[in-house]
Amino acid sequence: MPAPIRLRELIRTIRTARTQAEEREMIQKECAAIRSSFREEDNTYRCRNVAKLLYMHMLGYPAHFGQLECLKLIASQKFTDKRIGYLGAMLLLDERQDVHLLMTNCIKNDLNHSTQYVQGLALCTLGCMGSSEMCRDLAGEVEKLLKTSNSYLRKKAALCAVHVIRKVPELMEMFLPATKNLLSEKNHGVLHTSVVLLTEMCERSPDMLAHFRKLVPQLVRILKNLIMSGYSPEHDVSGISDPFLQVRILRLLRILGKSDDDSSEAMNDILAQVATNTETSKNVGNAILYETVLTIMDIKSESGLRVLAINILGRFLLNNDKNIRYVALTSLLKTVQTDHNAVQRHRSTIVDCLKDLDVSIKRRAMELSFALVNGNNIRGMMKELLYFLDSCDPEFKADCASGVFLAAEKYAPSKRWHIDTIMRVLTTAGSYVRDDSVPNLIQLITNSVEMHAYTVQRLYKALLDDISQQPLVQVASWCIGEYGDLLVSGQCEEEEPIQVTEDEVLDVLEGLLVSNLSTPVTRGYALTAIMKLSTRFSSVNRIKKVVSIYGSSIDVELQQRAVEYNALFKKYDHMRPALLERMPIMEKTATNGPTEIVQTNGETEPSAVEPKHPPPVTQPANQANDLLDLLGGNDVVPVIQTTMPTKPASAGGELLDLLGDLSLSGIPPMTAYNKNGLKIDFTFERANPNPNIAVITIHASNSTEAEMTDFVFQAAVPKTFQLQLLSPSSNVVPALNQGTVTQVIRVLNPQKVSLSMLTYTHKGSPVQDLAEVNNFPPQSWQ
Amino acid sequence: MIRFILIQNRAGKTRLAKWYMQFDDDEKQKLIEEVHAVVTVRDAKHTNFVEVWDQLVSYALSVLFPQFRNFKIIYRRYAGLYFCICVDVTDNNLAYLEGIHNFVEVLNEYFHNVCELDLVFNFYKVYTVVDEMFLAGEIRETSQTKVLKQLLMLQSLE
Repeated sequence: MPAPIRLRELIRTIRTARTQAEEREMIQKECAAIRSSFREEDNTYRCRNVAKLLYMHMLGYPAHFGQLECLKLIASQKFTDKRIGYLGAMLLLDERQDVHLLMTNCIKNDLNHSTQYVQGLALCTLGCMGSSEMCRDLAGEVEKLLKTSNSYLRKKAALCAVHVIRKVPELMEMFLPATKNLLSEKNHGVLHTSVVLLTEMCERSPDMLAHFRKLVPQLVRILKNLIMSGYSPEHDVSGISDPFLQVRILRLLRILGKSDDDSSEAMNDILAQVATNTETSKNVGNAILYETVLTIMDIKSESGLRVLAINILGRFLLNNDKNIRYVALTSLLKTVQTDHNAVQRHRSTIVDCLKDLDVSIKRRAMELSFALVNGNNIRGMMKELLYFLDSCDPEFKADCASGVFLAAEKYAPSKRWHIDTIMRVLTTAGSYVRDDSVPNLIQLITNSVEMHAYTVQRLYKALLDDISQQPLVQVASWCIGEYGDLLVSGQCEEEEPIQVTEDEVLDVLEGLLVSNLSTPVTRGYALTAIMKLSTRFSSVNRIKKVVSIYGSSIDVELQQRAVEYNALFKKYDHMRPALLERMPIMEKTATNGPTEIVQTNGETEPSAVEPKHPPPVTQPANQANDLLDLLGGNDVVPVIQTTMPTKPASAGGELLDLLGDLSLSGIPPMTAYNKNGLKIDFTFERANPNPNIAVITIHASNSTEAEMTDFVFQAAVPKTFQLQLLSPSSNVVPALNQGTVTQVIRVLNPQKVSLSMLTYTHKGSPVQDLAEVNNFPPQSWQ
Repeated sequence: MIRFILIQNRAGKTRLAKWYMQFDDDEKQKLIEEVHAVVTVRDAKHTNFVEVWDQLVSYALSVLFPQFRNFKIIYRRYAGLYFCICVDVTDNNLAYLEGIHNFVEVLNEYFHNVCELDLVFNFYKVYTVVDEMFLAGEIRETSQTKVLKQLLMLQSLE
């Protein structure tokens, strides 16, 4: 059998192949040759063959028949063989092959080999692909090597230990004694890997964390030496001594100082020093600064340091390098909740980032901008954001539009401004707004009574320009239907009134009905609008004609509407004016989409894991955080009051009464709170459909002489509960026990642990109180 | 923690693939293709980081590999080669960018003005360099002089 060709030859030959088929042919030929060579158990050329096999594997061809050969190579005594063998093992074998267990013995022998390079190879392989069984067997050897004085091996052993801990966390204890001396090493490499090992141990186990806290002064000292000691050519990168080590130490300090005051205090100086002394002209310096900022944010640092950190981030934003801007925006997003004011200072820079070219920077800037909007800067910010909405990519438009709506609703300085903003959004990004925004907008418009004429006029003008954006068209047709008389009569205070005749209005609406651009929903809106105008306009005949045409429409929804309206004209004409009169002001039935959070067991409902429109995450966080702050961030889960419509609740209650009230199980009422004249009583019931739900009605009464206004009751329960708070009967508890405020709470108690609730906020003079209610009668949680 | 290191050329051929996490063979192939698709369309005006939610293209990655939601890719282009490192979301982007550069400088020194062909013909040596500098998903040795010394020693044993 001729000697197998060398690796170089093979590579050269394969590269000369001009087509995929030719390449495959060559590879198959060579594979066959290699297979026969393996069968002959040829020791001299095995190494070469396996190397060729690995090359072919890298090109993407199957090479698994070489696995056993790799093992044989590992067992050989020659270094070259071992090297290729281990490489093959790392590439071809993994945990899922049973064959890999055969390696364990070889690795064990090699770990005790006399040559450090062989030991190194073994450690390396174990660290890369060791399975849990292998790790368990070999952990002792690794630990021994961790204590050796050879720094080359110590580095590898440390990282191998990291891998072992990741695979088998129980073995962490074993490595504890070896870590004692690790930090006193001079060798940077060993120091670096030791810090990694310590980080891994601290991340995995809180006991270790407590144990290693005492190392903080030592770490601080090492960091100080690094910064002060000037030039060390080996580990120097662009003038900064061993930035990788600095970054890792900072990370470890972050984990150690996280909730611990003493450690955080010990770190304050060094963090300030690193933050001010590091050169920022190159990426390296910025990497260290970034890690420092993250650390400052996470530990309990003093406020001066925090402001320093945010200023660093602000400086990052002005940097030319987009990577650094990106990194700064991401961190600012994380800190905007806690350090809101400091971040506000950099608002203008953030808004400038909206115009950046990179998609991810734009997205971050947009989220951050929405988080920074408040009552003072709403006008300026909105201008920028609307401009952004005009020019951004479609994937952003939906989120931006909903963000704008939310912000406008919270902080609108005037109704006219609010309506203008909405109009602007509808006209620019109309097709991307969410479906629920149409009813919300309509509700908003009905509420601003004095703006009706202005609104309908603007909407009409917009409709004349463009009828392709469905949400705009829907809102516009609804408004024209309602306020068409205002439009025609030409009364408008805010703007120059336009002269419109009834026929023109009807033309527009009929145009909507026939246009191809209108969806069936829009057509429905238009038809209803035309019908409503029959009471407001005088040209009733024309309307009757239009409506009767659609009585035979193919679309079932339209047809039904038209037929019913027709009937209205014919048989119930006397009722028509009453039926079609102006809508009353609507109550807000529920809060908007993302802010409606019913907290269950400590997790918010995931606001949609939608692929194309990841929702602005900061919005619900904003709402939740207000309450979290108020309640001092306890371990209990606060509940956001949802103002549910009271009608269904009471209807359900009546039904329960009718059915003979199976739910009353005779749980005695109790007094939950009695202080400063405010008495709160709880009465219990079991909910009918689900006996696990306890329905608690609270009765608040006031025995002082002054009435208590702005009474708000909030409840928080431990994470094992689910709780729903319905709206109270009133906010004012009248004085001298003249009346009570009632509120219904529904609690789901699957764990059947005793309930406890906290009350808060009742004001005569503003009073806040927190109370724990533990004395629930045992029947309530059986 | 580093999940994998990938060196690819513009055409999509893999010059080095080092995995620090378990994947099936077909998963590995899919990952290689996806990373290539994501990284080659980006040009100078993009950042060097790819997080899953920022790109519709990389969304495919997170559907195929649910654990990918916690990862991000840090890449750097040198001539015709893309050096990609996939790390956890919590890691420091800028530091790993420096790590990539460090690695490339070592390669440069070792092969004396490295080019793609060097990586092709000496692939097993490239793996050795990787193993000297990275281990178990972490950066192991950052001093270029030390690494080069080790590599020359290993070479002399051959």
